[in-house]
Amino acid sequence: MSLHTFPLNVNGDKRMVTARFADTLLFVLRGRLGLTGAKPGCLNGDCGACSVNVDGWPMKSCLMLAVEAIGKEVTTIEGLKDTPIQKAFVENFAFQCGYCTPGFIMNCHALIKQHPDAGDDTIKEWLESNICRCTGYAEIEKAVKSVLEKK
Amino acid sequence: MEVVGKSVIRKEAFDKVTGRARYTHDYQTSGMLSAKMVISPYGHAKIVSIDTSKARQVPGVRAIIAGKRYPLTGEAIRDRPPIAVDKVRYHGEPVALVVADTPGQAKTAADLIHVQYEPLPVVNSPTQAFRRDAPLVHERLGEYKKEEDSHPVPGTNIATHIKIRKGNMEKGWSESEVVVEASFSFAPSDHAAMETRCSTAEILPDGQIIIMTSSQAPFMAKRLIADYFGEDMGKIIVHTPFVGGAYGGKASVQLEVLAYIASKEVGGKPVKLLNTREEDILTSPCHIGLDATVKLGADRNGKLKAAEIQYLWDGGAYSDKAIDVTRSGAVDCTGPYKLENVWCDSYCMYTNHPYAAPFRGFSHSELSFAIERTMDILAGKLNMDPLELRHINAIQPGDTTPTRVLLNRSNIGDLRKCIEKLRELFNWNEGPVKEINERYVRVKGISCSWKTSTIDPDAPSGVILTFNRDGSINLMSGVIEIGTGTKTVLAQILAERLKMDVDKIHVRMEVDTQTTPEHWKTVASRGTYMGGRAVLEAAEDVIRQLTEIAACVLRAPIQDLEVGGSRVYLRDDPAIGLHFKDIGYGYQYPNGNAIGGQIIGKGNIVLRHLSHLDPETGAGKPGPEWTPAAYGVEIEFDRRDYTYRLVKACTVVDIGKVMNEKAALGQVMGAMSMGLAFAGRETFYFDELGRVLNPQLRTYRPLRYGENPEFLVGFVETPALDSAYGARGVGEHGLMGMPGALGNALSLAAGVSFHHLPLIPELVWKAKEAARNASI
Repeated sequence: MSLHTFPLNVNGDKRMVTARFADTLLFVLRGRLGLTGAKPGCLNGDCGACSVNVDGWPMKSCLMLAVEAIGKEVTTIEGLKDTPIQKAFVENFAFQCGYCTPGFIMNCHALIKQHPDAGDDTIKEWLESNICRCTGYAEIEKAVKSVLEKK
Repeated sequence: MEVVGKSVIRKEAFDKVTGRARYTHDYQTSGMLSAKMVISPYGHAKIVSIDTSKARQVPGVRAIIAGKRYPLTGEAIRDRPPIAVDKVRYHGEPVALVVADTPGQAKTAADLIHVQYEPLPVVNSPTQAFRRDAPLVHERLGEYKKEEDSHPVPGTNIATHIKIRKGNMEKGWSESEVVVEASFSFAPSDHAAMETRCSTAEILPDGQIIIMTSSQAPFMAKRLIADYFGEDMGKIIVHTPFVGGAYGGKASVQLEVLAYIASKEVGGKPVKLLNTREEDILTSPCHIGLDATVKLGADRNGKLKAAEIQYLWDGGAYSDKAIDVTRSGAVDCTGPYKLENVWCDSYCMYTNHPYAAPFRGFSHSELSFAIERTMDILAGKLNMDPLELRHINAIQPGDTTPTRVLLNRSNIGDLRKCIEKLRELFNWNEGPVKEINERYVRVKGISCSWKTSTIDPDAPSGVILTFNRDGSINLMSGVIEIGTGTKTVLAQILAERLKMDVDKIHVRMEVDTQTTPEHWKTVASRGTYMGGRAVLEAAEDVIRQLTEIAACVLRAPIQDLEVGGSRVYLRDDPAIGLHFKDIGYGYQYPNGNAIGGQIIGKGNIVLRHLSHLDPETGAGKPGPEWTPAAYGVEIEFDRRDYTYRLVKACTVVDIGKVMNEKAALGQVMGAMSMGLAFAGRETFYFDELGRVLNPQLRTYRPLRYGENPEFLVGFVETPALDSAYGARGVGEHGLMGMPGALGNALSLAAGVSFHHLPLIPELVWKAKEAARNASI
């Protein structure tokens, strides 16, 4: 259980972290960097609450070791500022308890960047990897489509 | 209305979309120890021995708790050891607790604890539990301490028995020309809130017990820990920040007790206990299961004449809140229909399943499945439109409930209006069946429900308002922000009453039981109903104080003053007045003299005239008002492989008053989604040892994006006269009719009557095969 110090690029900052090789990115983000926006929900890749972006793609941070993120650009919900998708979530009431929200927003954010012309099938393919237990997804659908339509 | 009814942006919106909203597990201090449970792998087994020797050698281990007797816990009956001793009664029950410096060390040690079990016969359903020869889950039921209105039957697995005896059954059956009887069942399932439960505890040298917990009931946690362990109630301070979904599952007090015990074992050091997803599903209380038998009688015109109902609730290994669920199920046992003659036995049964927490709807989605399926069977036998059958029997002012509450224009919403609106919105008149082609058919099912809230008759709700020097107001309420947006609605109520900008009202989201006035529990769709009343009373209090100061400064009688726009002004000359910023902290004259001081408003409420139920007849007033609703579900059924797709789901609910439109729609749609998942796919699969085979989110699957139907929501507004602006409860209601409506749609689509949940294609296949084989 030896500790190692290595650099991570998180939200545009180079951060030195000290962690085990076995530690997940989620564990390091929350426990070492205080970035608690990514949430543990299952630690098994089932729920998506811990989703972040790695080099612009959504990644469940419970399924990635922190050391695997060396040399990659990690963006967490704390790294988003006034993005259209965050505004759309607010205006469309696309959250209730808010626990799945950071993961959903990071997934949506990457979707909008990677597929600005995404249709229903692509949206479904991307967003079905996250679980929201509060809404019936109608508001999330509205929020993501409102941003895609503007593009 | 200026503010009420508008889709005011939720007060915590920006915290939640920026990752800044913090939940219990997000609070971590250095030096905080980690606790890890060892849980039972069996449903029912004797604990022969527990070997902790290897675990104790793991570096960082501070304490291991196993085999130690603590006071028994449980809300209605004290039947649950916090950590199992002698035997385990459900799969997932805590058997030992390890406290270590880090989560990893705690886990390593927990994995090294060796428990030897001797399996015992398992009680695997409430029906089995009810049999005279069933193994006993609790041998010493008669010795437990209990609440007065719990009625356990020692020597059996009955934890409580609630009786409804209304009218004259003989008369009812003699007037019935058509009688139907059917049985229904479903196993327990889970709330699956995205935030798994988490509690921390620390005991300070002066004896203060500081707890933080992901809970709907921090005030109950405080009360129960004081009660269970003889602690001073005032020394227990329970903090609850944002809660990541609850749905009833976090109304039970469980991890708080374990965290408290853990901290006590390590000299009061702070300890955190966080459920893994598997523990959250297995160990923490679940969604109750039910075996039901419903017999309905009607005359040839479809008028209901008699109902005889038996509910066997699967309370699981410990009774806790299942006792109240059982009572609630009896209270509204018939569904929202006029019935003069009712006989209902609602039993809370002990089984070797995970024990039950409240679940959104508190027995009503469950009993509605049984009632609404039976209503459709009755409609079939009467050869009558199922919606028409519900319309003619819809309960109305002047009728009485099963517990004999006389309904009036305020305490019951208008079910007939809901039904009529559903007819239109759901396009019922086009008929329930639409052929697509040889393979696919679209089929509609409908249902109705109602609900009152059987909370404690003395349950309080309080609000404190304080002024800031800029004239803005802080609102403190004990309602927990579990996701429902209630705290924003409370701000809207205050803004409406004070006729001020809602942005000038600051809502404290975190609750702590020392400085926040109590709101009993954030359950039962009572946040707006009770918190709203408390807000109005607090508003009156600050209006009184503001106008007293203004009257003095303006040298005008109080009666001549108005409050609005963050000002107190003369009614006939609004230009003369004072801004809140000049009087919210009292008033200072130019020469330095001051009067008043910070204005602090308070409001509190307990519900009026609620009573316990008569143990022999059930007569009594269980709740303040009933919200009725009508529902529809349309599916596209595949005749080839028996799968189906959810096309539309519709709820029309008499909400009393829409307080925040988008928030209300969100509550109803989210509840529908949860109800469809409960009805269509979610269940615990048990093996013969009482083990839950699917305690993970990949084997226990809530609805995902794109699997949801199109949602149709309609509101009827029949005001509840004694609530803030007429609002009725709405948090649960969208869920309650979904199992019945889906069951009715699928039964019609498949041509087989379905009596079990979840309604999965395999169930359809089995039923079709059985029907086919029977015909051969």
